[in-house]
Amino acid sequence: MDRVILHSDMNNFYASVECLYDSSLRDKPIAVGGDPEQRHGIVLAKNYIAKAYGIQTGEALWQAKKKCPDIIFVPPHFERYLRFSQLARKIYYDFTDQIEPFGLDEVWLDVTGSKTLFGSGKKIADEIRERVKKELGITVSIGVSYNKIFAKLGSDMKKPDAITEIYPDNYSEKIWRLPVGKLLYVGPSTQKKLRYYGIYTIGDLANTDTKYLQSWFGINGIMLWQFANGLDNSPVSIIGAKSQVKSIGNSTTTPKDLTCDDDVKITLFLLSESVATRLRECGLLCHTVLIYVRDNKLQSFERQIKLEDPVCVSDIIADKAFYLFKTNMQQEYAVRSLGVRACDLTMDCNRQIGLLPESVRIMRQEDLENAVDNIRRRFGHYAIRRGIMLADKSLSTLNPKDDHIIHPVAFMR
Amino acid sequence: MKINIAVNVRHETDGKITPLSIIWEDGRTFDIDRISDIRRAASLKAGGVGMRYTCRIRNKQIYLFDEEGCWFMEG
Repeated sequence: MDRVILHSDMNNFYASVECLYDSSLRDKPIAVGGDPEQRHGIVLAKNYIAKAYGIQTGEALWQAKKKCPDIIFVPPHFERYLRFSQLARKIYYDFTDQIEPFGLDEVWLDVTGSKTLFGSGKKIADEIRERVKKELGITVSIGVSYNKIFAKLGSDMKKPDAITEIYPDNYSEKIWRLPVGKLLYVGPSTQKKLRYYGIYTIGDLANTDTKYLQSWFGINGIMLWQFANGLDNSPVSIIGAKSQVKSIGNSTTTPKDLTCDDDVKITLFLLSESVATRLRECGLLCHTVLIYVRDNKLQSFERQIKLEDPVCVSDIIADKAFYLFKTNMQQEYAVRSLGVRACDLTMDCNRQIGLLPESVRIMRQEDLENAVDNIRRRFGHYAIRRGIMLADKSLSTLNPKDDHIIHPVAFMR
Repeated sequence: MKINIAVNVRHETDGKITPLSIIWEDGRTFDIDRISDIRRAASLKAGGVGMRYTCRIRNKQIYLFDEEGCWFMEG
């Protein structure tokens, strides 16, 4: 029996929520953007009127202003978006427990088992669309299909407030004419490569011999071919089923360029503390520390280092991160963004307890940081801080753990 | 324009919430005579999302919204 998979996508999510709260914005071009003062000045979302001016998500606010001088920039309200995302999920949850979020505004639902209760995929999609509109005041577009890839394609085809159905008997006429870049996992560079081989549409890709695709792209070539032919059979995970965490990281674009070691240290400590706290919350230890650095010319690189003992303490993570930074940067630098990531994770319960002074030191440090976690939990993040944070308050007033709650997700895990 | 208003609310033992009267900005109180419908809904006019109480006050129907503990009205 064919599965029934829905992909629901909230249209212009951030912008729609902002327009709901301020009715004066509804007939004007708006873009939700970060704070240019804090150098987070890019377009996060825009409404349809702004879209008509060619404004794209991810471009700088000044670029958007150039394309549309009348545009209104609205600061983002992340707690609002989280609330709306959760409310929408509650609606989905009325129809199935197989819900897999893809970011805040997108979700896959497997309603195969709910058909007898609620009717066909189209009927369920209609009901979801109506309920989201009435209860949340924003619109969704939904793709109804028999696999996740086509469902996602479908939700992209008709917008806003619409439903697109793609079935085994009509997919070739509906989607094969679409440009190949619409397919999940065909990014700009894959698209360029495909174009080089004369593959422009999803149909071209579907009708290419897998032998060639494999020689061009390796195993991913086969995967793309399966996507194009509707042979993707990846399951929709059950709500609440936590996927295996592979790494934990935080990154930030700082309000000013970092030009001295102390500035870098402040930021690395902030990020490492957040990473370490999250590691402890998940009961994990990391074997490898990775840093990401981007300078003011927007050149970036990543470097990683293996640890002697697996840890979850910020002291050691920050030390290693700073060591990586120093050994890979030139004398003079101007850093725009920094990131710290803990990878190569193992469960805390599998730890080898050591008697050597170094292991004992790590354990004591861990106890100390646990105490700090407790203080912060009870009295707030800023109740206890490292001395170095007082050196430059413009850099240290950031709480990466709680302020940045939106974690990007990947389709493949 | 969204204006939050003060509301007298009765919290039942089972957690149910019933608004009893609204308090206007100038201090006047208006009793809610009847609640005909309770559902989650969006207010496009005022801008917000919450539990919507369809109320009758002095023979006029109004929508009263409870948005996470803050109340506002849509006439």
